[in-house]
Amino acid sequence: MRKRKKLLIILPVVVVVALVVIIVTLGGGGGSSSIKIIGSNTVTPLSSVWAEEFMGTNADVSIAVSGPGSGVGIAALINGTTDICQASRQIKQSEIDQAEANGVEPYEIQVATDALSVVVHPSNPVSELTILQLSAIYTGEITNWNEVGGNDIEIVAIARDTNSGTHVFFKEHVVQMQGLPAEDKSLEYGGNVLMLPSTEEGVNQVADNPNAVFYPGLGYVTEAVKSLAIKQTADSTGILPSLQTALDGTYPIARPLLFYTDGEPTGVIKDFVDYCLSPEGQDKVIEIGYVPLQ
Amino acid sequence: MLGRTSTVTTAEYGKTLRRRRRFGEKLIESWVFLAGILTIVVLLGIIALLLKEGLPAFLYTPPWEFLFGTEWYPVSDPPTFGISSFFVATLWVTLVATAISVPIGIACAAYLAEVASAKVRETVKPIIEILAGIPSVVMGFIGLMLLSPLVQSAFNLNTGLCGFTAGIMLSLMSLPIIISISEDALRAVPDDFREASYALGATKWETVRHVCIPGALSGITAAVMLGVGRAIGETMTVLMVAGGALAVPVSPADPMMPMTAAIASGIGNAVRGGLQYQALFAIGLILFILTLAVNLIADRVLERQRRKFAR
Amino acid sequence: MRAGAVSKRQLSQRTAFTFLIVATIIAALPVLAIVIQIIVSGVDAISLEFLTEAPSQAGKAGGILPAIVGTFYLMLGTIIVALPLGVMAAIYLTEYARDNWFTRVVNLAIVNLAGVPSIVYGLFGLGIFVLMFNFGMSLLSASLTLACQALAMTVTTSREAILAVPRQYSEGSLAVGATKWQTIRHLVLPQASPGIITGAVLAMSRAAGETAPILVVGAAFLLPGLPQSPLDQFMALPYHLYTVAAHVPGMPKSTMWGVALVLLVVVLSFNVLATVIRLRARQRRYSS
Repeated sequence: MRKRKKLLIILPVVVVVALVVIIVTLGGGGGSSSIKIIGSNTVTPLSSVWAEEFMGTNADVSIAVSGPGSGVGIAALINGTTDICQASRQIKQSEIDQAEANGVEPYEIQVATDALSVVVHPSNPVSELTILQLSAIYTGEITNWNEVGGNDIEIVAIARDTNSGTHVFFKEHVVQMQGLPAEDKSLEYGGNVLMLPSTEEGVNQVADNPNAVFYPGLGYVTEAVKSLAIKQTADSTGILPSLQTALDGTYPIARPLLFYTDGEPTGVIKDFVDYCLSPEGQDKVIEIGYVPLQ
Repeated sequence: MLGRTSTVTTAEYGKTLRRRRRFGEKLIESWVFLAGILTIVVLLGIIALLLKEGLPAFLYTPPWEFLFGTEWYPVSDPPTFGISSFFVATLWVTLVATAISVPIGIACAAYLAEVASAKVRETVKPIIEILAGIPSVVMGFIGLMLLSPLVQSAFNLNTGLCGFTAGIMLSLMSLPIIISISEDALRAVPDDFREASYALGATKWETVRHVCIPGALSGITAAVMLGVGRAIGETMTVLMVAGGALAVPVSPADPMMPMTAAIASGIGNAVRGGLQYQALFAIGLILFILTLAVNLIADRVLERQRRKFAR
Repeated sequence: MRAGAVSKRQLSQRTAFTFLIVATIIAALPVLAIVIQIIVSGVDAISLEFLTEAPSQAGKAGGILPAIVGTFYLMLGTIIVALPLGVMAAIYLTEYARDNWFTRVVNLAIVNLAGVPSIVYGLFGLGIFVLMFNFGMSLLSASLTLACQALAMTVTTSREAILAVPRQYSEGSLAVGATKWQTIRHLVLPQASPGIITGAVLAMSRAAGETAPILVVGAAFLLPGLPQSPLDQFMALPYHLYTVAAHVPGMPKSTMWGVALVLLVVVLSFNVLATVIRLRARQRRYSS
C-alpha cells in the first residue's frame, strides 16, 4: 500500500516533467495549416473579413488575426512570432536591418489603399484644413478652433499611440509635412495630444466631444463624425476622403495598406494572399470601407 | 478524530521498510523544499529579467536624463527617452485615488467594525467584496463609457479622459483593500480598551475616535499603503481613461499617461533587445521598485500591529 | 454632568455617525450602480448565438465562444500550475521550514510577489516564456505568466488554511507513529482543503479577469476556432472586452456591454463559489 502511495506522488510528477519536455522540444512549431496575422489596427477589419471568407472555402486552414498596431506586427515579424505582418505604414530601414540581423527577409505586398480621414464633431463649423494647419494643430502651435475658422473652444487633438502605423504615417506625412516645401523632420507631436490605444476609442471620443479632432482610417469613419476636406496648400481645393479621391490620387493623405512576410509567401500563406488580391478579395475591401488596389 | 493514518508496526516488516519509508519521506521533503523556494526563484527571476533587459537602457540615456527628461519619442530618429511625464502622471492618479479612497475607506471601516449592526455588516461586506472582484478592464470600460463624459461636462473640461477620471476609478479599486484591512485592524483592538473608555464615561464616537482608531493606526496605515500600491500598479484602467498625453501633467484634469500605461502602450511595438524595449523594461524596473517599497513598508507595519495586540 | 454638555457630545456623535454612514453608502453604491448598469446594458446582447458561436465580421456579429473557452483554458492552466506548487510551498513553510533567515526571505518574497504590478508580470512572461523559452504568444505562455502571478495567492491562502488546522491533530498522529508526510497527507491536508480550494478558486477568478499580462504576452483579436494545443494562440474575455471597446469600427454598443456582462458573470460566480466553500467549511467545523 505504501508503494501505491509513493507512485501516486511520483507518477504525476513524472507525467508533468514529461509533458514539459515534450512541449519544450516541440517549442514554437505551429501546424502547417494555420496562419498568424499580427499588426495594424487599421488593417484588422479587412484581414478579419478576408480570414473569415478564406476559412469558409478552405476548411482545414485556421487564421488568427491580431491588431494591436503596425509596430507590433513588424516587431513580431522580426522576432519570428508571426506569419504575416499587416501594416498601415512602410517598414523602416532600421527595422529591415534588424530583421535581416535576425535572419528575416521582409517581403512587401500592398493589399489595399486607405484615405486617412481627419474627423471632427458634427457640430464643428470647420469643414476644411490645410496640411500646414493640421501640422500646427498636432504640434500644439494652434490651440483654439477659432484660429482655423471655427468656434472659440480649445482643440483636443487625438492621436494613436506609438504601436500604431497610423501614428507614424501621420507624423511623417502631416506633422512633418513630408513632400511639401515646409517639410520639417524635427517636428514632433505636441505634449497635449492624447495618445489613445485604439482607433475606435478615438472615433468615439470625437463623436462625443465638440473639441476633438482625430485621424482614423477610412474604414473607421461613421455617421457620428464629420470628415474634413484636406487642402494640400492654401491655394488648392479641399478634397474629401473617399474611394474615388483615394484611387485617383487627389486626396493628399492616402497611404498603402501592406502585408509583410518573411520572404516571398509560399504554400497556404501564398494561397491566402492570392485570395486577398483577387477580385473577390478586393470587393471585400470596398465593403469594409477602404480603397481597393484598382 | 485522528483521521486515516496508517499505523505501521515496524517490527513486522523489518528494517528495509523503515529505510524505504525514510527515503520516501526524504524525496517528498526535497520536492516540498523545491516548491518552497519557487517563490524566491520567481521573484529573483523577475528582478533578474528587469535588470537584464532594463539596465542597458541607462547606457543609452543617462539615469538622470531618463528619470527627469520630458521627451518620450521612441519611434523618432534618434529616439529620446525621458519619463518624468509618466512618473508625474502616476503620482497624480495615485494622489486623486488616495484622496478619495482613504477618508471614505477608513470611515466605512470604522462604521462596519464599530457601529454597524451585524445584519448591516453582513449586507455591506459582500458588496465591498464584489467591488474587489470586478476586473480592471471592466472598471476601465465603465470609466470610458460612463464616467468620462460625466467628468467632462461636470468640470467643463475639453475631454473626460484625464487623471481625474482615472483617479476616481482607481479609488474604487483601492477601496476594498483599505476597508478590509482597516476593519481587521480595528477589530484587533482589544475590547478592554473600549470598555475602559466607556467606564470613563465616553460616548461610542469618542471611543472610536480617541481609542479605537489610534489603537489601530498602524494597521490602518498599512491598509492605506497597500491601497496606494494597488493604485500605482494598475494598468488597464489608466490605459483606457487617463488620456495618454505626453506632456508633463500640471493638474489632475490634464490627460496623462502613467507609467503602467506607458509600458502597455509601447511594449507591442518594441523589438526584442531594441532601444524602446530596453527603455520600457527600465520603466518596469522603476515601477517594480516603487511597488516593492510600498508593499514592504506596509507589511512591516502590519507585523508591528499584529505583534502589538498578540496575546 | 449637566444635561446641556451631554447633548452636545451626543450631537457630535450623531453627526460623526451620519458621516460614517454616508461614507459607507458612497463606498457601496458605485458597485451596485456598475453591476446594474452592466446587466441592463449587456443583457440585450446575450443570446444562445452570442455564447456559442465564434465572432464574425471582425467581431461585430456572431458570438464570443472562443473568448469564453480561452478564458476557461487560461483559468485551468493557471490553477494546474499554481495550485500544486502553492500547496507544496505552503507545506514547506508550515511544516518543514525552520525559523531562520532563509524562511524569512521566502516569506518576504511572497509578500513582494503579491504586490508586483500585473504589467510587470506581463514583461516577465514576455521575456521568459514567449522569447527565452520560445513558447511564443500562446496559451502556454499566458497560463504560465498568470500562474506566477497566482502563486503568491495560492501559497498565502494554503498556508493560512494549513495553519488553521489545530496542532493537537497532527501531534496525535505523530504520537501514534505516523510519519510527518503521512500526517500531512491524510490529516492536515484534508482538513485544510476547503481553505486551499477557496484560495484556488479565487486565484482562478483573478486569472479570468487579468488583461495586462495577456495583452503583453499576446492574446489574439480574432480566432476562427478553439485552441487545439497549449501552443496555439487564444482569445480571452478581458482582452476581448478591451478590443471591442476600443479596436473595431462601428461595434454595436450592446455587444461591448454583453462581453462585459459575460466576463463579470464568470468572475463573480467564481468569487461566490469561493465564499460558499468558505462558509460551508466554517459551518461544518463549528457544528461537529
